Amino acid sequence: MAKWGFDLLFQGQNLSRLLEGLTLALYISAIAVVLSLVLGIILGIAQVKGHPLIRTIMRGYVHFIQIMPQLVLLFIAYFGLRAFAINLSPEMASIIVFTMWGTGEMSDLVRGAIVSMDHHQYESGLALGMSSRQVYIHVVIPQIAKRLIPLSMNLITRMIKTTSLLLMIGVVDIIKVSQQIIETNRLASPNGAFGIYLVVFMLYFISCYPISILARYLEKKWRI
Amino acid sequence: MRVDVILEYLPLYLKAALLSAGIGLSSIVLAILIGMIASMILYYRIPFLKRIISFYVEVSRNTPLMIQLFFIYYGLPKIGIATSPLVCGIVGLSFLGGGYMCESIRGGLESISESQVESAMALGMNKKQTMRYVILPQALRASLSGLVANMIFMLKETSVLSAVSLMDLMFTAKDLIGLYYKTTEALFLLVVFYLLILTPVILLGHLAERRLTYGKMGV
Repeated sequence: MAKWGFDLLFQGQNLSRLLEGLTLALYISAIAVVLSLVLGIILGIAQVKGHPLIRTIMRGYVHFIQIMPQLVLLFIAYFGLRAFAINLSPEMASIIVFTMWGTGEMSDLVRGAIVSMDHHQYESGLALGMSSRQVYIHVVIPQIAKRLIPLSMNLITRMIKTTSLLLMIGVVDIIKVSQQIIETNRLASPNGAFGIYLVVFMLYFISCYPISILARYLEKKWRI
Repeated sequence: MRVDVILEYLPLYLKAALLSAGIGLSSIVLAILIGMIASMILYYRIPFLKRIISFYVEVSRNTPLMIQLFFIYYGLPKIGIATSPLVCGIVGLSFLGGGYMCESIRGGLESISESQVESAMALGMNKKQTMRYVILPQALRASLSGLVANMIFMLKETSVLSAVSLMDLMFTAKDLIGLYYKTTEALFLLVVFYLLILTPVILLGHLAERRLTYGKMGV
């Protein structure tokens, strides 16, 4: 055990520092998730009901966001804005990019869910004497929500996984902390990289796996 | 943005793009192979192996490529498994993609109804023939859109490879920004080259989908 570097975890504050790095990543993705859920729902509805011009612009935006690797988006926000003398902290840049990315993806999910709703559901509701508002509250929104919740949970796990890229623009995240721990103990524990990176691996897995399981369970339960 | 700067760095980017695309494509081929084998094991419920495969699928899908690469590149040499950056990149990306491909193909396999398998057996086909002529062609057609989405996802993930010191597009861009402050040109070329890599795959995906769903039996 000792020679694989697991002992490093229990030296000093190494474990709590690693967890701090992970917490920062989870914190950034949590802010971005909340913002992109709200914005994504609004823009998703706008993609279906909005002015044709808005729809075209939104389609272009969604396509661009979906095509570009997230790391490229991070580079554009961090280094690109810097060239125009807008200096964002790496954390701020990543929250902005994650929100823009999440909003694009989320709005596409919302659009898909709305479009996939059969129109006759709406008409049947009206035929039963419901008002338009009642149809939305009791028929349309519950079904859309059931379709959206598992999908947006998958988006959350993707965001958590993408936080691993933050290292590349200089956020002191869990990987950076691991590198520091491994470097500091290079002499005492030359094989530390194995243990530490395995732990990081597991920490990411532990963060994402429960959400994936829940998403899959809900998807199965709510299958329409 | 200056055109002469862009022209000057074009060859550098071209080289990097070839590396990214090359690693991406070879990993896609490997990942589809892994996905095929893994999904067969899950489909036939081969005892013991199926547990390993479902564990693998969960791990590959619930951890980021960055960490997988770091573990392979910096962690594994400590227990005697050393790899070159190139091998590490391909192994990591295939490990990640294999899990996703497996899920897509398995979805396709499971969408084929039991009655088809029974009909094939009634016609005297054995298990292998049933898979080869009845299940697989339909399953692959059903999972095509998922497979294409995974290919695009994997090509996008190649952006992470610079973490194991491969001189890919991100590495080149970061170099130009860090050393020469050619930020706008570097980022512009970066976006253009990723569009160049990804657009053909997206278009081919649309084309293949249209061709393969042509003449599909009523569902």
